[in-house]
Amino acid sequence: MNDIKNEIQKRILVLDGAMGTMLQQYNFAEEDFRGERFKDYSSPLKGNNDLLSITQPEAIAEVHRKYFEAGADIVETNTFSGTTIAMADYNMEDLVYELNYESARIAKQVAEEFTNANPDQPRFVAGSIGPTNRTASLSPDVNKPEYRAITFDELRVAYKQQVEALIDGGVDVLLVETIFDTLNAKAALFAIEEVKEERQLDIPIMVSGTITDASGRTLSGQTVEAFLTSISHMPLLSVGFNCALGAEQLKPYLQRLSKTTDFFTSAHPNAGLPNAFGEYDQTPKQMQQLIEDYLQDGLINIIGGCCGTSPAHIKAIVDVTKNYKPRQIVIPA
Amino acid sequence: MNKKNKYLTLSGLEPLVVTPESNFINVGERTNVTGSRKFLRLIKEENYSEALDVARHQVEGGAQILDVNMDEGMLDGKYAMTTFLNLIASEPDIARIPIMIDSSKWEIIEAGLQVVQGKSVVNSISLKEGEAEFIRQATLVKRYGAAVIVMAFDEKGQADTYERRIEICERSYRILVGKVNFPPQDIIFDPNIFPVATGMEEHRKNALDFFYATRWIRENLPHANVSGGVSNVSFSFRGNNTVREAMHSSFLFHAIKNGMNLGIVNPTMLEVYDEIDKDLLERVEDVLFDRRDDATERLLDFAETVKGQKKENKEQILEWRNESLQEKITHALVKGIDAFIIEDVEEARLASEKPIEVIEGHLMIGMNVVGDLFGSGKMFLPQVVKSARVMKKAVAYLQPFIEAEKDGKQEFAGKILMATVKGDVHDIGKNIVSVVLGCNNYEIVDLGVMVPPEKIIETAIKEEVDIIGLSGLITPSLDEMVYVSKELEKQNIDIPLIIGGATTSRAHSAVKIAPNYSNTVVHINDASRAVTVVGNLLQKDNRVYKNQIREEYDKFREQFLKRGKKKEYLSIEDARQNKFKIDWKTSEIVKPKQLGVQIINDFDITKLEEYIDWSPFFRSWDLYGKYPAILEDAVVGNQASELFIDAQKLLKRIFDEKLLKAKAIFGLFPANTINDDDIKIDLSSVSLIAVEDKEETFKFLTLRQQSKKAKGKPNIALADFIAPKESGKQDYIGAFCVSTGFGTEELARQFEEAHDDYNAIMIKALADRLAEAFAEYLHKEVRAKHWSYAKNENLTNDELIKESYKGIRPAPGYPACPDHLEKKTIWQLLNVYENIGVKLTDSLAMWPAASVSGYYFGNPEARYFGLGKIKEDQVSDYAKRRGISDEDAKKWLNPNIAET
Repeated sequence: MNDIKNEIQKRILVLDGAMGTMLQQYNFAEEDFRGERFKDYSSPLKGNNDLLSITQPEAIAEVHRKYFEAGADIVETNTFSGTTIAMADYNMEDLVYELNYESARIAKQVAEEFTNANPDQPRFVAGSIGPTNRTASLSPDVNKPEYRAITFDELRVAYKQQVEALIDGGVDVLLVETIFDTLNAKAALFAIEEVKEERQLDIPIMVSGTITDASGRTLSGQTVEAFLTSISHMPLLSVGFNCALGAEQLKPYLQRLSKTTDFFTSAHPNAGLPNAFGEYDQTPKQMQQLIEDYLQDGLINIIGGCCGTSPAHIKAIVDVTKNYKPRQIVIPA
Repeated sequence: MNKKNKYLTLSGLEPLVVTPESNFINVGERTNVTGSRKFLRLIKEENYSEALDVARHQVEGGAQILDVNMDEGMLDGKYAMTTFLNLIASEPDIARIPIMIDSSKWEIIEAGLQVVQGKSVVNSISLKEGEAEFIRQATLVKRYGAAVIVMAFDEKGQADTYERRIEICERSYRILVGKVNFPPQDIIFDPNIFPVATGMEEHRKNALDFFYATRWIRENLPHANVSGGVSNVSFSFRGNNTVREAMHSSFLFHAIKNGMNLGIVNPTMLEVYDEIDKDLLERVEDVLFDRRDDATERLLDFAETVKGQKKENKEQILEWRNESLQEKITHALVKGIDAFIIEDVEEARLASEKPIEVIEGHLMIGMNVVGDLFGSGKMFLPQVVKSARVMKKAVAYLQPFIEAEKDGKQEFAGKILMATVKGDVHDIGKNIVSVVLGCNNYEIVDLGVMVPPEKIIETAIKEEVDIIGLSGLITPSLDEMVYVSKELEKQNIDIPLIIGGATTSRAHSAVKIAPNYSNTVVHINDASRAVTVVGNLLQKDNRVYKNQIREEYDKFREQFLKRGKKKEYLSIEDARQNKFKIDWKTSEIVKPKQLGVQIINDFDITKLEEYIDWSPFFRSWDLYGKYPAILEDAVVGNQASELFIDAQKLLKRIFDEKLLKAKAIFGLFPANTINDDDIKIDLSSVSLIAVEDKEETFKFLTLRQQSKKAKGKPNIALADFIAPKESGKQDYIGAFCVSTGFGTEELARQFEEAHDDYNAIMIKALADRLAEAFAEYLHKEVRAKHWSYAKNENLTNDELIKESYKGIRPAPGYPACPDHLEKKTIWQLLNVYENIGVKLTDSLAMWPAASVSGYYFGNPEARYFGLGKIKEDQVSDYAKRRGISDEDAKKWLNPNIAET
């Protein structure tokens, strides 16, 4: 088996771009989301993108295929909201295992097609583990600062279920991403360790936080270095940032990260900042130039795109990464 | 953060890296129900908001880790731990630092681990319950992402010898690193600090064994850390703080030397190691190191003598305590002793008809003695301020009784309004004068700093004050005072005006203020004179005195103006022709190693101690002389020494409890002089950390000496020290701002609330000194490292004070560049406020007040000079360059414009 731990030593790995942005182009209606199987389901299901892995598996496979065609080395499973906590919005808690399992299987199948076609460039699947819609270290009620809408244990159990399904479905690596509350991420990492121990297996872990605004901190208030300190108790394949900011705004934080960690680093920024209509209009060319800036400074081992990015963006990124060496991890004396 | 360094790294909202340079990490321990009754009470009463204040206080006091313990039989520990930690998470100023989750119950520790997002410390686990449980807990600690304190404790019990300590620690380490795969740098051993000098033979080596075990751990268990609770060691001397403090201090000193790098120490129970009585220190260390068989007896003997000494003191005290009540009160006031004042005042109150009589009688009699001694130079300012502290305490005690009586109102000798004028934040001098006048039975209405003229006038009318006192330190305050005097006149106010503060002068008061105001204007240059002046102004028939002052000032003004007229000036063009010429073909220009802006956000303030220039500190207390000679001075020596000791005490608290925060920002930029007097910054090649784009161009505008010089002497402007554009040489300039004032206000307020003006003034005076020291230190760093033109410079503090280095750091508002507007340019260029939080007031004073800003000039020929007076032609030229009206330019440069 081609190991991602070997590949990452050799070159800069490219992660895929946005799933949601691509799915929008299909203009799926409520009945498309429902498919035959959930035709009579009691809750409205439009907007439950993760469900499309079951009801529109061809579309999901097609998106993965487009990213691999663009040259991506890793695609993320369509499981950003694949926990009982996030699925509660659609009353689909019971479907969590199947959603994650199917999403992983689809992505893995496409990845294998590409690896078989060109064994020199093995392709990988990262199991996407989102932040859920609850925060473990912030109170949703300003008048009750000691209150929490979710506990560590509830998160741990939910994440564990997602992780098991993703591993069963065949993912090569787990990606805990878009972390805006470090305590949520710590619960996910805790769950992963439990699964690793119970199953006696080792699976690489990527961790990606989100700097929410120009303050340079996570939503839960940590600086880049404090965030890094809080999640470095596990052996990680990589640590990085994604979402919320464009490549340009993200750079100073990546610099600090790259200076402080000896894990590999990753970034999947948005296609710039959204315009007044909430749309991302950074072109592939523009994003390529900004990413080239990262590469010149040797900041990055894994690079991809988040909101607003498309296969064209990923292609532009692939084109430019070819000319650069990956970030070297310097271990100071 | 991980494998990269092998240092213990923790985090709250911010990281804490324990490097060999960190010296000693202090754990705040007041949020522990087993150690603090107050905290226990608050938690029991579910008064979490005050409990949070305790935590906040610890963080503000400099705790780097916060220990939280909820182990008490009557508490639901899990609930209390979770609730309190959740609340801390919503307080960014507390959550900044890492948490130490402290419990003897694993389920409480685990509950704590589940609610902290940062990397915390578990306190503690051990082999007490056997290896299996130890491994289980350690695995979970690691999985929760925390570091751990491991007690030297195993199945057999607590380690109490050197051998047992290292045996258990080594075994624990092997299990943790070998079996649990625990990062060794995340292990903190607590090898048990036990009491010494207990009289028990087996306790003799308790301290020594701890030291040896600590050293052994640090040498043999790679990357592991050592911690401990220090106060245990002196357990057998409870009640004898002299001995306990000496023991803590000595123990800590040696424990740190042997490698203890974090721990729990109560900073108020710690003597300065160097200040421990030599005999006591020897006996303490005999005990700690088990150096002699009779070590314990000898320390006990000494402890007795310390008690005996106290007895002796008591006898001495008793001697004056035998005097009459009035004598006792006077003695307490003169000597500044507050120990008995409440009981004495109470006695006086019971003996008096009305409580007010105690103030008007007993206390005023005492204060009059103080006033006389001060007036005749037999007491010095710091002593008077201490007297005031006793007085305030006494008055505060009497106040409720006076109010209960209602009709009894204290009769004051007069009511005085005191204010630092608008735009100015400096109030040390004003506070001293207020205290001294307060001691002399004047009622003070203190309006504080940055007081607008309307408020001064409104209060003067409403409070029917007898005198208005204006104070200020920066030059724009001079004009503000002029403005206030004109406004007073406009509103027909008829109250004498007293003027004071560092830049004020008799000349300025006579020439610029007195002519505007019909009532008396008097300048006061020190606090002792304030009492006489105010006394004279408020005597029943003050006409003679007032006329005398008026005449004196009129005469002074005439002479002054005449003298001013004799001076000859060059036109600005001619002055530019006669500029200070540097041969740019040969002049040495060094390109800074690091161009751009750098921020120092949390500077270790203790580093500044050796850079302090103490002489101005004594000056601020009206003690004149050079440090250190002043300590031996025949007249003020004793007082200076006493003041110095008090200053050292507070300084030590500032350092130990991290009471003040030091921040700095500086930038080095390519620059050239253009059009003779302007220095243009070239930002094109500099990457700035600032948030906004730096599109606009930055120019420093310098002012040129215009008075006619002796032949061969130049008319200097700062721009002369930077290569002109035409020379074709790229030159460089720097700008900086440092502050050590963050925290000063809060502290001063705390002291004031405790009726302790002495320390309230002291803290500000020290903060000012630290700011200057920081400026000196930073300049040195810049010369040696960042600009790096003086790599091999090696100057003593004396030489630094004498400025015997290359290059200068002139500050806007000071003689070489009196133009305060330049500060705005520095602020914009460096984004000073956004980056380190130092603000500019309307009058461009810096806030916090203990701040210094300026430029760096690196040319070896650059030197300090005074601008002196300039003429209207330069003022208009300057107004054009600055893009402001002539009017505005005049307002800002007024103190430097020559009279025409």
